[in-house]
Amino acid sequence: MEEISEEIDIKVKKYLRGEGANLEVLQDKKLKGQLAVREELYGKSAKAAAKAEKWLMPSEGGYLEAEGIEKTWRIRQEAISREVDISSSRNQFDITLPDLGPYTMDFTSSGRYMTFGGRKGHLGIVDMKNMDLIKEIQVRETVRDVVFLHNELFFAAAQKNYPYIYNRDGTELHCLKEHGAVLRLQFLKNHFLLASINKSGQLHYQDVTMGQMVGNHRTGLGRTDVMRVNPFNGVVALGHSLGTVSMWKPTSSAPLLKVLCHRGPISALAFHPNGHLMATAGKEKKIKIWDLRKLDYELQNIPGHANTLDFSQKGLLACGTRSSVQILGDLSGAQNYSRYMNHSMVKGYQIGKVVFRPYEDVLAIGHSMGWSSILIPGSGEPNFDSWVANPFETSKQRREKEVRSLLDKLPPETIMLDPTKIGTVRPAKKKEKPTKQEREAEMEAAIEDAKDIDFKRKTKGRNKPSKRVKKMQETVAKAKRPFLEQNMEEEELLARKKQKTSEVVELPVSLQRFAKKKTLT
Amino acid sequence: MKVKVISRSTEEFTRERSQDLQRVFRNFDPNIRTQEKAVEYVRALNAAKLEKIFARPFVGAMDGHIDAVSCMAKNPNHLKGIFSGSMDGDIRLWDIASRRTVCKFPGHQGAVKGVAASTDGRILVSCGTDCIVRLWNVPSSSVMESNDSSDKSVQVPLEEYVWKNAFWAVDHQWDGDRFATAGAGVHIWNHNKFCFNPVILLCSDKVLLWLSHDNMPLIYRSAPEKTFEWGTDTVISVRFNPGQPNVLATSATDRSIVLYDLRMSSEVTKLIMRTRTNSIAWNPMEPINFTAAYHGSLINQANEDCNCYSYDARKLDEAKCVHKDHVSAVMDIDYSPTGREFVTGSYDRTVRIFPYNGGHSREIYHTKRMQRVFCIKFSCDATYVISGSDDANLRLWKAKASEQLGVLLPREQKRHNYHEALKNRYKHLPEVKRIVRHRHLPKPIFKAAALRRTVMEAVRRKEERRKAHSAPGSVTTKPLRKRRIIKVEE
Repeated sequence: MEEISEEIDIKVKKYLRGEGANLEVLQDKKLKGQLAVREELYGKSAKAAAKAEKWLMPSEGGYLEAEGIEKTWRIRQEAISREVDISSSRNQFDITLPDLGPYTMDFTSSGRYMTFGGRKGHLGIVDMKNMDLIKEIQVRETVRDVVFLHNELFFAAAQKNYPYIYNRDGTELHCLKEHGAVLRLQFLKNHFLLASINKSGQLHYQDVTMGQMVGNHRTGLGRTDVMRVNPFNGVVALGHSLGTVSMWKPTSSAPLLKVLCHRGPISALAFHPNGHLMATAGKEKKIKIWDLRKLDYELQNIPGHANTLDFSQKGLLACGTRSSVQILGDLSGAQNYSRYMNHSMVKGYQIGKVVFRPYEDVLAIGHSMGWSSILIPGSGEPNFDSWVANPFETSKQRREKEVRSLLDKLPPETIMLDPTKIGTVRPAKKKEKPTKQEREAEMEAAIEDAKDIDFKRKTKGRNKPSKRVKKMQETVAKAKRPFLEQNMEEEELLARKKQKTSEVVELPVSLQRFAKKKTLT
Repeated sequence: MKVKVISRSTEEFTRERSQDLQRVFRNFDPNIRTQEKAVEYVRALNAAKLEKIFARPFVGAMDGHIDAVSCMAKNPNHLKGIFSGSMDGDIRLWDIASRRTVCKFPGHQGAVKGVAASTDGRILVSCGTDCIVRLWNVPSSSVMESNDSSDKSVQVPLEEYVWKNAFWAVDHQWDGDRFATAGAGVHIWNHNKFCFNPVILLCSDKVLLWLSHDNMPLIYRSAPEKTFEWGTDTVISVRFNPGQPNVLATSATDRSIVLYDLRMSSEVTKLIMRTRTNSIAWNPMEPINFTAAYHGSLINQANEDCNCYSYDARKLDEAKCVHKDHVSAVMDIDYSPTGREFVTGSYDRTVRIFPYNGGHSREIYHTKRMQRVFCIKFSCDATYVISGSDDANLRLWKAKASEQLGVLLPREQKRHNYHEALKNRYKHLPEVKRIVRHRHLPKPIFKAAALRRTVMEAVRRKEERRKAHSAPGSVTTKPLRKRRIIKVEE
């Protein structure tokens, strides 16, 4: 009985989502009473949720335990498929498509549908439950990346010159010319934003509901094809060739954060679904695990190569390199990743991408000869929530879900490093001013954007070089002006304050209106 | 080795037949939901906006009177009916559901100043400036419902009591036979006690002979059972306590509020204020507390208070709560049967709903066509507010402006509850607060309120400067709750 209550206590902590408010400092008795009632209700609901988790969940998670002197990372896929039931062993397969180039893929959030894209232009959607190929098309162009939009009806493919959006039937719906030649695409689910990074290092954010371009930033750090969105807060992280990881949000042209992670170029990046862990792999054969709340030092440094990284729903990390995949797991719970499983493919198969399938114990591997799928027990979340992601969704449910998620679409301003700050009240009087450095960075970014604008070429002798230069200078000065005005205002305020403070101290309170003011207002 | 992999069978997770409901599985783990707080905030914003879209408080107007509506009465046992009396002597019983007159009670020559329904709702008491109190028989509810056609029955008064002075208000006990009238003094009458006596008594002019329908001479008690007269000023409103049938509160033109107990021969407490009280209402859920509506002076509206003060009847030296927001005299006040809010009608052509313990109104209703509101009633199911105004109309409003009326599906009810909870949770955030708080005010009221604010601000600043320039502790400000009370007499 005690063990059960201890277990439930641990779970209750998870459902409480943080500490309760400190009610001792409140002086307003009415408010204190109301908040005390609320806190009690939260406690009750957390307990009810913990009990529901313990007793009412329909499925149990997978596991792999070695017996005796056996080690889990020596266990091979064939051994696993012998022990496991037929329907699960159907999830283990290899699809060989050698002609059409390295394959990359993406799953919908429910894990039921998968879209694949071969480098030589082979695009398609597969229903993974029935192993049914819904549609495949050949676009006869290089395809660098594919990503699903909010459900299985739409997917975007980064083709040679521009990204295109296709329907489930393979009809081309949109050609997104503004993005340019895109290397990587990512979709932010809650905000309905399609983020892309192109060959010249420009980051674009496009709202797929209304079609407007929400953000368009020059990263200034060169060409990169390592891009990942952090599902916890919607921040896009890019890994650069100098070993830095920069994090971006659509509303500012300067990055939120820049971290120097590796000595060499970054080759892969992945985020843990709980939003606290980040795994980066560098070309100097190191994989590092970072805690995003404290980026001073890495949590763990694992020697190894990784061309691609992915975290599963349960926190297992898959590192794919050349032709083998290594799965690391946090077995002790102390954020210490160690070897869990290994899988090596035939030499010659070059692994391009590893993706865990949501809500299943399956890892999909995209390689140069097609794609494969292997079983990783304990990687998927066994119990899904029908209102969040339903692998058994009917079309009616899908339609309703689409409408509801559109109603709950978040504005791009909600993307921030710490999303728990939304809904809290800022201290009213102190206005948070960006520091001087940030302002300078913003100013420079704005100047660069201004310089990018293309002017119309005038004809009939009006296109003199001196005039063009003048116009360019004017736009740059215009972009600079608001920042300079702000600076001037602040200096004025400071000067006034200095004068006031010298006067104010001498006289008592009631006589201060008679204090001599040197500056007449 | 021991291996287990997640395997879901389709039969377990999908429905068997197409007539079954779809199966729903829940997992409350916060890790699978990203950005919950932001989603909740967006939903709260949408809920606030939806509330404003669906805010249609005006249900309908009941017209029929030809002069201003001066008083209204309701009976808690009959939800659908309301009595109204107007300034030309016309009393009507309305059916709120169809917004039509069911019954007319003609007879008063001058303005009808007060109407009250008896405990069982069968008898209506009305009094007016023609110095007569009349008792009427109210037709039964079956008669009321069968009256679909437009003919209204006309009633004859059951009894008439003539008195020397004009009456200003009447109220019936919540649980008893007595009613009280206010005029030159407070008189307590009993409408059930009468004696059958064939002898005509001419001993005093207080006894009247009235012939009943079958021509049997009857003598009725046409004199008040009890009279409370204190001071020389007229009593303008009277209210019985819902919990304690023997206690009543009255207000007089000498700016006082007096509490009486019927078992005693004189008043219990007298409270003298700075301004006259127009109306009093007892809280039906906490009968110890009552709220008084204050008259402001018309000349200097900004300076005088047009507030309502809530008192605890046991402790009258300090108001429990001051309810500010009106810009002109508050004419009438009525509590909701839940006791959690009350509605006020004021001379500034608006109706406001206040929470019972809150300083500001949560809702304001106004129409271009509604002129000075003289009387107001909260319906007995706490859903509607009925206002009677100077333009001879009774108006029916919803108590909660965006409420969906009628029978709700449980799904709809849950969604409404969820939206309420969301708005409550995020109501302190600026964007949500701005939307929830926003009300369109008619220009004169907006300007009058702004003027009041500036004047109050100026007074406050002056007070502060006086304090700052005088010896510490010599100038004390009285709290607003005490400021309007001059003295309390036992």
